[in-house]
Amino acid sequence: MNLHGIWAIYRFEMARFGRTVWTSLLVPVITTSLYFVVFGTAIGSQMSQVSGVPYGAFIVPGLMLLAIFSESILNASLGIYMPKFTGTIYELLSAPLSPLETVLGYVGAATTKSVIIGLVIFATAHLFVDLPVAHPFAAAGYLVLIAATFCLFGFAIGIWARGFEQLQVIPLLVVTPMTFLGGAFYSVTILPEPWRTITLFNPVVYLINGFRWTFFGTSDVGLGISLGVTVIFLALCLTWIGWIFRTGWRLKS
Amino acid sequence: MTDAILSLAGVAKTYAARGKQGEVTALQPVDLDIRRGEIFALLGPNGAGKTTLISIICGIVTPSAGTITVDGHDALADYKQARRRIGLVPQELSTDAFESVLATVTFSRRLFGRSGHSAYIEQLLRDLALWDKRHARIMELSGGMKRRVLIAKALAHEPEILFLDEPSAGVDVALRRDMWKLVLSLRERGVTIILTTHYIEEAEEMADRVGVIAKGKLLLVDEKAALMKKLGKRELDLALVEPLAAVPAELAEWKPTLEHDGHTLRYVFDATGERTGIPSFLRRVQELGIAFKDLETSKSSLEDIFVDLVGEKQ
Repeated sequence: MNLHGIWAIYRFEMARFGRTVWTSLLVPVITTSLYFVVFGTAIGSQMSQVSGVPYGAFIVPGLMLLAIFSESILNASLGIYMPKFTGTIYELLSAPLSPLETVLGYVGAATTKSVIIGLVIFATAHLFVDLPVAHPFAAAGYLVLIAATFCLFGFAIGIWARGFEQLQVIPLLVVTPMTFLGGAFYSVTILPEPWRTITLFNPVVYLINGFRWTFFGTSDVGLGISLGVTVIFLALCLTWIGWIFRTGWRLKS
Repeated sequence: MTDAILSLAGVAKTYAARGKQGEVTALQPVDLDIRRGEIFALLGPNGAGKTTLISIICGIVTPSAGTITVDGHDALADYKQARRRIGLVPQELSTDAFESVLATVTFSRRLFGRSGHSAYIEQLLRDLALWDKRHARIMELSGGMKRRVLIAKALAHEPEILFLDEPSAGVDVALRRDMWKLVLSLRERGVTIILTTHYIEEAEEMADRVGVIAKGKLLLVDEKAALMKKLGKRELDLALVEPLAAVPAELAEWKPTLEHDGHTLRYVFDATGERTGIPSFLRRVQELGIAFKDLETSKSSLEDIFVDLVGEKQ
């Protein structure tokens, strides 16, 4: 195992995060605060409780995941896309690193950033609402699992992308709408049919509800299904990345 | 060859042709042994396949066929051991603009599986006149300095083989001379150096052996001196007292040419041949009453040989 190599990539990526640390951390703090003002205060005053949980607290897991999905994809995709863009990818490709080691370095760093951002949002939410966590270890594990899964997805997108525009397409046009429509700010149970059934085809519903269960011990869908969907998505991302390294697709000519 | 540090057997590369059926051959099968500690120059015009060949060896491009052995390690099956031994200075100035010199060189060393050895890196940066700039961001450096940083990055993990892909591209004369000195000092330390270039002067100055590649085909590999001896031609120039309008028919046997508006009569001969033809040529010139005030011989440069081989002017 090339531990020095993994550490080099990890440090390099964290240094990139460090150069924009205030922007990286202030943006989620301000965004979370704005969501609380809009949803928590304006809308929350009209709907005091959802599934027995105060509305302000109810939206926190969804808010955290909303940021984690987009930040994970953005950070991980930029991490591998930038060397391709600047041409420094030659060094990575010629280094004695296995695909696993390369992914550990890049995705490990991107996951760390996402978890930090998630925790910052969690801390910011505490300023607005009382926020107990029913299953803290499960919450931490689920947070890391989802962050790592979306970072793997972002890493694959970074290799797939041929330009900066393509880096933005999936997080902005696919993931964010799916998150908004996936029960980040509401319970799926309050939707009328057929929207309720249609919504259940959105895999993000299961991710958000699984994470919400770790906070409040209640969920719109079964915890097993939530975990299953997360693991399936993780497996799909791993399969895609494995195929990329095996074939050299968009990495090697 | 017994002491080959790098061996290529049938290494080839073909690409699927874009928008067409069939394949494009970027590199025809190459068999080549690089000796430990030598400086090997791979000469060829732009697009000849030089960068493709070294990119395959370094793991950047996947070969379509063939095997590569680096110091006894198969470059595909045992790629980690193979790659640890190789350093690459790319042709393009590809750098992380926001990183400091020290950080980027340390990054390279770690990437290749070595700990951040500060004493070695300090010496390396001092050797490359980069120590004073160690905290400068790469974006603040001149093009020449960036080229040095790339060399430092390639040497950071103490490779046994160093590839220099067009090291003189876009480099001023002073830096080129400095780089040549560095290459020679690396050779003294036992580093095997493979450089690609289309500057003949570079190969002529430094190389022990020369390979000539054109249109994806390795045309020949030989000792630089032997190559020049084998393929080198000499020229005999007679500075005429009176210019000639045309080469006299009586000299046709020697196929001389007129240069400098008829003021010079040039006879090209094979220096390695048993008979150069010079005495008979001079006798015939005298018999024809062609007076000359001076005579000079010169040997062909590697560039002349290269042009002959590749069949196109650089």
